[in-house]
Amino acid sequence: MNFNFSEEQQQLRDTLDRYVRKDYGFEKRRGIIHGDSGWSAEVWAQLADLGVLAVGLPEEHGGLGGGPFDTLLVMEALGRGMVVEPYLATVVLGAGLVARAGSEEQKAEILPAVASGDRRLALAHHERGGRYDLSRIETSARRDGDGWVLDGHKSVVLHGAAADTLLVSARTPSGLSLFLVDAGASGVTRRDTPAQDGHRVAEVMLRSARGDLVGDEGAALPQIELALDHAIAALCAEAVGGMAALIEATVGYLKTRKQFGVPIGSFQALQHRAVEMYLHAEQARSMSYLAADKLGASDAAERRRAISGAKVLVGNAARYVGQQAVQLHGGIGVTDELAVGHYFKRLTMITLLFGDVDHHLAQFGEAMSA
Amino acid sequence: MDLNFTAADEAFRAEVRSFIERKLPADIRRKVLESQRLVKDDYYRWHVLLHEQGWVAANWPKEFGGPGWNAAQQHIFEEECADAGAPILSPFGLRMVAPVIMAFASPAQQQYYLPRIRSGEHWWCQGYSEPGSGSDLASLRTRAERVGDKYIVNGQKTWTTLGHHANWIFCLVRTNAEARKQEGISFLLIDMNTPGITVRPIIMIDGEHEVNEVWFENVEVPVGNLIGEENKGWTYAKYLLGHERTNIAEVGRSKRRLKRLKEIAAQQPGSDGKPLLQDVRFRDRIAQVEIELMALEITNLRVIAADMEKRAPGPEASLLKIRGSEIQQTLTELMMQALGHDALPFQHAAMDPEYAGEVIGPGYGVPLSGQYFNFRKTTIYGGSNEIQRNIISKMILGF
Ligand SMILES: Cc1cc2nc3c(=O)[nH]c(=O)nc-3n(C[C@H](O)[C@H](O)[C@H](O)COP(=O)(O)OP(=O)(O)OC[C@H]3O[C@@H](n4cnc5c(N)ncnc54)[C@H](O)[C@@H]3O)c2cc1C
Repeated sequence: MNFNFSEEQQQLRDTLDRYVRKDYGFEKRRGIIHGDSGWSAEVWAQLADLGVLAVGLPEEHGGLGGGPFDTLLVMEALGRGMVVEPYLATVVLGAGLVARAGSEEQKAEILPAVASGDRRLALAHHERGGRYDLSRIETSARRDGDGWVLDGHKSVVLHGAAADTLLVSARTPSGLSLFLVDAGASGVTRRDTPAQDGHRVAEVMLRSARGDLVGDEGAALPQIELALDHAIAALCAEAVGGMAALIEATVGYLKTRKQFGVPIGSFQALQHRAVEMYLHAEQARSMSYLAADKLGASDAAERRRAISGAKVLVGNAARYVGQQAVQLHGGIGVTDELAVGHYFKRLTMITLLFGDVDHHLAQFGEAMSA
Repeated sequence: MDLNFTAADEAFRAEVRSFIERKLPADIRRKVLESQRLVKDDYYRWHVLLHEQGWVAANWPKEFGGPGWNAAQQHIFEEECADAGAPILSPFGLRMVAPVIMAFASPAQQQYYLPRIRSGEHWWCQGYSEPGSGSDLASLRTRAERVGDKYIVNGQKTWTTLGHHANWIFCLVRTNAEARKQEGISFLLIDMNTPGITVRPIIMIDGEHEVNEVWFENVEVPVGNLIGEENKGWTYAKYLLGHERTNIAEVGRSKRRLKRLKEIAAQQPGSDGKPLLQDVRFRDRIAQVEIELMALEITNLRVIAADMEKRAPGPEASLLKIRGSEIQQTLTELMMQALGHDALPFQHAAMDPEYAGEVIGPGYGVPLSGQYFNFRKTTIYGGSNEIQRNIISKMILGF
């Protein structure tokens, strides 16, 4: 047993923490999210320079190697700073899928470009009407010469408009398959929309868009499930970072805000509330470690229990911590002016992404009887 | 013991219902039911329609031009308005400053202000809170110095709800800096068009403009705008808190939102493809809040019955405020949760009822995340839920 991060990992975390604190302030973020694209090319290049975009990618394709715990450190730091750049979409979801399921040629083409910051990816899987069921997909692909063409409508694609290349799931004769689709190709239309949490989402319409098959035809569902499990583990780590920032802000506020001639933190009712926030956050941290650890579990039920368990516990924690941080700030907690409200919104969206608490309780329960 | 309304009450309910059915404009009703953005004119139109009927001042006695309803009738009226999707009339004139004027103002002030509140000519906002004085309201620092027949007001109010719609503001101001903090406060009515007043928007967590900062710089206010006696303002403000409790529980509106939540859950697909309303976990969540609301409705009626027996108002209002606000928050949270990934898009332009462009996800989903975020306010304003708990522990439990 060892709960310590290696020296390299600590270095990565410290570098990124410093960068986020120094160069990604709240006002800078506000400028970015209100800009046209909703993300900053400058920040993206800096993340590439810091090596962050190469974390977790195979060394033979321009990556730095490393695994889920390295991704966890990155996500936690990004969560602390509420970074809105498409890291999860590009590196965790997109590059992760290519690295695990792509051909050598696809990996060689895409992964070095991701690591260097030259290419962004997005996973276009979710469709309207499916809620959290990963298999409910109506987009279809048919053979056309030696390639494939796709038709369908993907909804709420995370950072779909920032992507140069989309990973699109579609029905094929033998099941669900995955395709690389050039985002600028004819037949691809994207509608970019701000999300509640400062990120961007896109509707992606495909009309006879050309796609390049990733992995075996009909074999994509387990790959997509695994990719989303990686994303859930990453989101849990991001939430841990966000909760840490909120607790720090709230405890600081309780110590300085005075009412009735004393700091409001002198009221025990509020101290206990802050303590409860802390307890939630510590349990969430433990669960985020477990999730990262079990991503590689060979037993599917073991992985399921850890990932769904983490999403449940972190979801409940993020909800409590977010709501209480707002409450304990009083009126300014519900304004756009203060970072607290923005953390609360991001944490709320994290609880809804890739399955809410109810969904993952059900998944956990099924793994119990399996 | 009988938990039912009398036959006369039920007849009254039918009369109210039929009036609302005939008069409430369909566009306003739709906006309310679908949680869309309302503009001042929406509130104003409904205000005028009720005024023409003589019902706008639902909580006023006959002598001041109200309908003279008892507590049960007021409750029924509110419930019917809420159920039908009528907008919440701005409470600041009708429910907040008016009772103070009736109880403590001079006859001349009563004759001047009350008819203008009823007609909607005066649109009021509430100037109590300040940046440094929220829960500890009595520490407020906005000063009013008497010079001849005027007060000169300097200071800043904040969180002023719909101050940008208002032409009058009632303020608590400090008129004696030496006295104990509760004893140096006065209750002053100020015309918002007086030189020296600046209103600045505060943008809320959902991106909407609802509250404001109001700055006073050497604002001259005639001494005739003082209510009651100088330095007695705290007493008047407290009187108001004790009397404002019909409707504090928001039972009617929560019942309407519960109905809406069920409609949404019936239309949203669950992960198994069946309607979300059939998902056991989600349905349990709805059931929990519905049961809590059933209890609150009866608790609310118990308080109303006590009012009818003219027992002095007690601290039960705090109970209604705490549970009522929690229920509102749970309902808005479940509506958002029902959307799944469709809760993510922030479709600000589509919040405009005139918007005719494309929408991501179901149209009814557009306002729901913002509504959840915004409703965190309900446990903060009107005396935070922590302050309400302090009141109960002190006044009821005797700690
Ligand atoms: C949307 C909105 C609309 C509003 N509209 C108006 C308006 O129109 N006019 C107006 O005058 N005001 C208005 N308010 C202000 C509102 O009344 C105050 O926000 C409220 O009184 C809390 O004050 P505060 O925000 O300064 O928080 P604080 O008083 O600083 O409280 C911060 C936290 O400390 C807690 N706390 C404080 N004291 C204690 C204690 N003794 N024991 C335990 N906990 C404590 C609070 O509950 C809260 O959680 C509005 C507020 C909001 C959010």
